Amino acid sequence: MCTDCGCGDVNLVPLELQTRILAHNDGTAAHNRAHFRERGIFTVNLMGSPGSGKTAVLEATARAFDGGAKLAAIAGDLATENDAMRLVRAGIRSRAIKTGQACHLDAEMVHHELHLLDLKGVEYLFIENVGNLVCPAVYDLGQDVNVVALSVTEGEDKPLKYPTMFAKADVVLLTKTDLLPHLNVDVQIIYHALARVMPNPVVIPLAARQPGGVDGWIAWLTQRRSAPEQLAS
Amino acid sequence: MHEYSIVQSLVDSVAAAVGSREASVHEVHVAIGEMSGVDCGLLTTAYDVFRAGTLCEHASLTIERIPARWHCPRCDATIARGAFLRCIECNEPAQLASGDEIVLQRIELEVA
Ligand SMILES: Nc1nc2c(ncn2[C@@H]2O[C@H](COP(=O)(O)OP(=O)(O)OP(=O)(O)O)[C@@H](O)[C@H]2O)c(=O)[nH]1
Ligand SMILES: [Mg+2]
Ligand SMILES: [Zn+2]
Ligand SMILES: [Zn+2]
Ligand SMILES: [Zn+2]
Repeated sequence: MCTDCGCGDVNLVPLELQTRILAHNDGTAAHNRAHFRERGIFTVNLMGSPGSGKTAVLEATARAFDGGAKLAAIAGDLATENDAMRLVRAGIRSRAIKTGQACHLDAEMVHHELHLLDLKGVEYLFIENVGNLVCPAVYDLGQDVNVVALSVTEGEDKPLKYPTMFAKADVVLLTKTDLLPHLNVDVQIIYHALARVMPNPVVIPLAARQPGGVDGWIAWLTQRRSAPEQLAS
Repeated sequence: MHEYSIVQSLVDSVAAAVGSREASVHEVHVAIGEMSGVDCGLLTTAYDVFRAGTLCEHASLTIERIPARWHCPRCDATIARGAFLRCIECNEPAQLASGDEIVLQRIELEVA
């Protein structure tokens, strides 16, 4: 009996659930992953701050892969299709996702685009996430690896300020290293910060427009695609 | 701010759990890990804005914050906060034992 108003018996019944709130996204991500496995496509979720050099890395990756015929990309952006257009010019078949208000891509958005992409002959799919160091880390897209672009101009302590994203990274691309001679940046401090947030830090220095500037990244990528590690997770 | 989309998923999860029961939702309990990428303050704000007109309209939200705990997968030693994420004894990379939860723990239903 409700003692306040005498409205009758109100029972409170607890219902134990313990369900992941993003279970629906996880299910769609698993579906995407099955698509990629079936087609032998190695998928990269490329994240990082706005302007950290994500699109520039992909342009350089296309050059390193003989014009990008075996590459595809999905580029997320709040408001423009500029990145997808840059990637198409670089030779990568690409689609844009304009997220509007959303600060991240989710598995549903990626699923929609992947069925609109011609994936014949594609070996690598790059998903350029929205420039943001927090939100994209929350949503599984079905990728094989998480890659975070961190430019040398962002400040040495960025990893400590955004630990979640770096903890989930399989590799960190330390971008714009061609600028180091002009800056007062101690790369060791960046490495130490990463070791406090990444259990197994792998850092590849990179300069997108220098000759040979992405060799380490291309080596890691091709090795990772052929390595049995990709079957884990 | 992705906390709005988290709340959307939360309300959907609650609706799925309630199903066809003749009951209203009185309280919603969630667990949010420190390393989940979800901000508890923003989640509360998003919930208060978003619950209007949903079956959570009159349900309060209780958030249990789960601190990050990194440990060694071999000897289970806890890695001190702020230390390098590698076991000093075994040299193994640490694993997150807890702290990445985005979980709907339980709901309380009012049944007449
Ligand atoms: N010096 C130098 N500049 C670079 C390098 N890579 C990118 N930039 C510059 O950094 C700026 C941002 O590069 P983008 O590739 O557009 O960065 P992004 O991360 O894709 O940016 P958003 O998608 O808008 O978040 C541009 O002005 C680039 O020319 C690099 O290796 N060296
Ligand atoms: Mg870009
Ligand atoms: Zn499908
Ligand atoms: Zn967000
Ligand atoms: Zn140990």
